[in-house]
Amino acid sequence: MTAAAANAKQRAAKAKKIRQFVTPEGVDLELRIASAGLRFGALLVDMILIQVALFVFFLVILWAGLASKSDVAVAIWLLGAFLLRTFWFIGFELGSRAATPGKRLMGIRVVARDGGRLTADAVVARNLIRELELFLPLMMLGAGAAEDMVSGWTMLAGVLWSLTLSLFLLFNRDRMRMGDLIAGTWVVMAQRAKLDADIATDAAGGAMAFTEAELAVYGIFELQELERVLRGRDPRAMREVADAIRAKIGRAIAEEDDVFLLSYYRQLKARLERKLLFGKRREDKYASD
Amino acid sequence: MIPPAAPARTIDTPSFSASRFRAEREADWIAFDLLLAKLEKKGATALTSDELLQLPLLYRATLSSLSIARATSLDKALLDHLEALSIRGYFLVYGVRESRWNRLRRFFLYDWPAAVRSVWKETLIIALVILLGALTSYSLVSGNPEWYFNFVDEEMSGGRDPRATAEFLQTTLGHGKAAAEKGESGLHVFATYLFTHNSQVSILSFALGFAFGVPTMMLEYYQGIGLGAMMAVFSAKGLGFDFGGWLFIHGTTELFAAALSGAAGLRIGTAVVFPGARGRLQAASEAGRTAGKVMVGVIIMLFAAGLLEGFGRQLITDTMLRYAIGALMLLFWLGYYYIPRREDVT
Repeated sequence: MTAAAANAKQRAAKAKKIRQFVTPEGVDLELRIASAGLRFGALLVDMILIQVALFVFFLVILWAGLASKSDVAVAIWLLGAFLLRTFWFIGFELGSRAATPGKRLMGIRVVARDGGRLTADAVVARNLIRELELFLPLMMLGAGAAEDMVSGWTMLAGVLWSLTLSLFLLFNRDRMRMGDLIAGTWVVMAQRAKLDADIATDAAGGAMAFTEAELAVYGIFELQELERVLRGRDPRAMREVADAIRAKIGRAIAEEDDVFLLSYYRQLKARLERKLLFGKRREDKYASD
Repeated sequence: MIPPAAPARTIDTPSFSASRFRAEREADWIAFDLLLAKLEKKGATALTSDELLQLPLLYRATLSSLSIARATSLDKALLDHLEALSIRGYFLVYGVRESRWNRLRRFFLYDWPAAVRSVWKETLIIALVILLGALTSYSLVSGNPEWYFNFVDEEMSGGRDPRATAEFLQTTLGHGKAAAEKGESGLHVFATYLFTHNSQVSILSFALGFAFGVPTMMLEYYQGIGLGAMMAVFSAKGLGFDFGGWLFIHGTTELFAAALSGAAGLRIGTAVVFPGARGRLQAASEAGRTAGKVMVGVIIMLFAAGLLEGFGRQLITDTMLRYAIGALMLLFWLGYYYIPRREDVT
């Protein structure tokens, strides 16, 4: 029963990340909240890109400044660096994909929490707060180190206090930063998923026939794991899975692994889908048939 | 008893199958995917009118497919694809309703002044806090010049402290020979530096607002303190009027912007503490959106202030003219923000 409990726990954890998001057509899109790790990764990518852009910009300005021998270049540099740093996030998130390059890479995007349109003011608000979240801990460190007047403990307290603000997203279910909270936004998963071929219609799928009892041992979770293995096309994994299934249903090794797995997958899927049409959803092998 | 027939054949050919469903609808999904890719890359203007008409139809077809697939299919790859496609489609179909140009126009004509008008109470409070800071330090420094060193950093003041002579102080205001010799070079660098520095302080004072507005008020009070201390130093040497002009030319814009950024922060702080009938989260997000609009305005104002400070103040040395420009700017901002307009009614 422990395996069953673990399975159920895993499903519950997945369900905890899903938020209801009903479109005007009445379909729940089931948005998934992006994890803190993805958010941090996106931020890191964006920071690196900004630094690279600044460096390129600096080289251009340096060249222009040396060529023209005027200090207009310095002004342009100051202004450009400020604009780039402040409006990088705002500019990208106002686009139709509502994501910076870092976010796109991680497959996440910004969404208005109330399901409405993501407005420009919300994007501005969430990104101006970022300024604070990123730089307050650094400032606390800098201020403490620069002026020797504060003791180590005061500095530590300051850094800890500012970190609770910066790491606010770890302390709530919806993974909202301070900026998200104030702008009324969420960051959710928005990956692309390619439409893979329908492996259930493959010609090899009808090569073998399984009895009802042989198909009754597995549920939806196992079916989708099998699908993953079949789409992965890794011979070692297929051999392992095929052996496990053969042992479970008590069949001898008589045919190629992929033929066996494909036929089993196809018939198991047909059986479970038929049950689904009658309103019976068997989540995994531990659930009653 | 039903005799156990050959199982494979009966399983193989049900009247409804997920595979048949997919074969029937797949063309729609692919068409929708292509249309979305085009929309994302080139924008709505790149679509022909035929494609535009197709967009909502394909979107609804995809959503309906998603509903059916969830109820009937166990193909994970198919479900994932339909879900991702629907989410992408939803945000594109419902996301953009306005061109960027229209958005910009509405912001300058209506949204910006309306947002500033709606935080008028907070603006008044912050203005009073700045004034209070200035008065505090002014009275303290006038009474005992030693106080000055508690308020203003050595580096920041650049020699403008109670020990300085009246002549030196006058040169810092852009009068006299020394100022003329310094010339005009480096003005734009100075202006840009001022702009970026002030913007960052304003963003900070706005962003600190959520902590119940207390740090915001402290920051604004501190701004007032520096101002009052300087004022006291200059007026003690009889240069109060000239210093006023030196400050006024850009100060009306800059201090107004500082007050607005503080007000935006305070709006968020008060919304969190006193959400009223709304939920705390909702109140915060509503306040945040208003404050966001104000903040874009503040950055634009600070840009204007930076130009006035960097160029205007260095090139115009006549005190009366400085006062005139400062007053004009103040009138412009007040008129722009607070004159009621027709859209207010709707």
